[in-house]
Amino acid sequence: MKQILEGSHAVAEATRLCRPEVIAAYPITPQTHIVEALAQMVADCRLQSEYICVESEFSALSACLGASAAGSRTYSATTSQGLALMFEVCFNVAGMRLPIVMTIANRALSAPLSIWNDQQDSIALRDSGWIQLYAEDNQEALDLHILAYRVCEDHDILLPAFVCFDGFILTHTYEPVDMPTQEEVDAYLPAFNPYQKLDAKDPISFGMYATPDYYLEFRYENQRAMLRTKEAIRKYGALFGEQFGRDYSGLVEGYKLEDAEVAIIAMGSICGTVKDAIDEMRADGKKVGLLKIRCYRPFPDEEIAAALSHIKTVAVLDKNISLGSKGAVALEVKDALYGSSIDVYDYILGLGGRDIRKKDIKAIVDLAEKGSGDMFYGLREELL
Amino acid sequence: MGFFLRELRIHGRGGQGSVTAAELIAVAAFQGGVYAQAFPAFGVERRGAPVQAFVRFSDEMIRLRSQVYEPDYIIVQDSTLIADINVFAGMKAGGIAIINTEKTGGYPAPEGVSIITIDATKIALEEIGLPITNTALMGAFAAATGEIEFSALEDALRGRFEGKLADTNIKASQRAYEMIKGGSA
Repeated sequence: MKQILEGSHAVAEATRLCRPEVIAAYPITPQTHIVEALAQMVADCRLQSEYICVESEFSALSACLGASAAGSRTYSATTSQGLALMFEVCFNVAGMRLPIVMTIANRALSAPLSIWNDQQDSIALRDSGWIQLYAEDNQEALDLHILAYRVCEDHDILLPAFVCFDGFILTHTYEPVDMPTQEEVDAYLPAFNPYQKLDAKDPISFGMYATPDYYLEFRYENQRAMLRTKEAIRKYGALFGEQFGRDYSGLVEGYKLEDAEVAIIAMGSICGTVKDAIDEMRADGKKVGLLKIRCYRPFPDEEIAAALSHIKTVAVLDKNISLGSKGAVALEVKDALYGSSIDVYDYILGLGGRDIRKKDIKAIVDLAEKGSGDMFYGLREELL
Repeated sequence: MGFFLRELRIHGRGGQGSVTAAELIAVAAFQGGVYAQAFPAFGVERRGAPVQAFVRFSDEMIRLRSQVYEPDYIIVQDSTLIADINVFAGMKAGGIAIINTEKTGGYPAPEGVSIITIDATKIALEEIGLPITNTALMGAFAAATGEIEFSALEDALRGRFEGKLADTNIKASQRAYEMIKGGSA
């Protein structure tokens, strides 16, 4: 049913529809409305779930780890400093192959302190072994939670996932979404069937130490599962389309790319503004298109190379910076396009909540066409 | 209304309910079959500090995520803001500015912008007993712009507030709505 509500509440409702058995989270701006809403649902008996109040994000994800290992469908949500505090547990969850789904309400990292949006927090965990999905709008944000559980819990995958949506820009925005019914979600997402679980009658251990004779193989298996995730997303994304009418089989999604000469690559809510800017640029005769990255981990390198084979110039919009190198998305786009004659330029922008307008997207396309890139876009020179 | 995007920017001070106003206007617009998007100018909430909130209206899905720089409409919850901030910045010709004030004019609006003044503080104090002006100004917005129906606004208010609080806010909203309707008739 179509309804209008805040992005955080849309995600909380989607989470409820996924029937998590254990939720452990610690409130932090701009994630707070999500976990407040879930706590309220549990209190009101709208959601049968164990909501564990914890004293930190480290505890939140540790509680989820234990609950997932014991065979429960498990959920958490965090952002920025909270995710940073979970760093160690994130690697453990992935290494133990626990299919936890966690919402990331993307926000900048300190210092200096910023509560506003960029994507540095989840990008900083890119090597942790979690699947990373990025939503353009609140419909996609709620849908990706349902998809994520389906993908993660597949016994060929058994990996955790971040569902990332931009803090404030989406979390605090009211807009219409089509909310599925419980029956529809139940038909798509079967009950969690753990491959292995902690059981006092049949004791096993998760995450025991591995000597040099074994560790390399554990990491290789993690990588293989991550690469298999591409196929799982294609399969369950298509199934999602059949069931709900919104197809998520693509790890990337093109917009007016077919005849484009310049392609913009972006992730998250900025894609909407980019699409509007592209429509205006096309009205002025400029052949510009967008390649949206929905799945950043596993990285869709082959999909990007295939989608851009006819393109001359690529402008990558990075809401993050791998300090001492480049934007994290551009780095991997350059890897995906290695050996091609496509010019790839990186633009670091929107950090710490700096607003991005259509005119900024147009200015970036102009810069890319002139061969000017690999830069921070929109710097206030008077402050430097 | 044609098939185009209209934008509202609400100026207020922390505690006056600017964000709630944006949300409820979007809810009312959605009920009327319009695609609406509401969001705050993301800040650290402090009582009394200048805040902004935004609403977009369209007949198609809204993809744009930037803040509102060229509004068709503004609502100014506190006229003392006008001395500090250019609340009219970027307003489109043909736009409507709704200002909460006991004065009847004298504001430096850009060419082609009509100014509607209303003493929403007086209405709020009389109807709600608190100087919280957002619901009265929502009524004035409905009357002045036609973007939302009063009945949809009433439903949105009843969806957010309970019991007597809903009744008093609806009364404040209705009084402002009728004042503006009457004034412009």
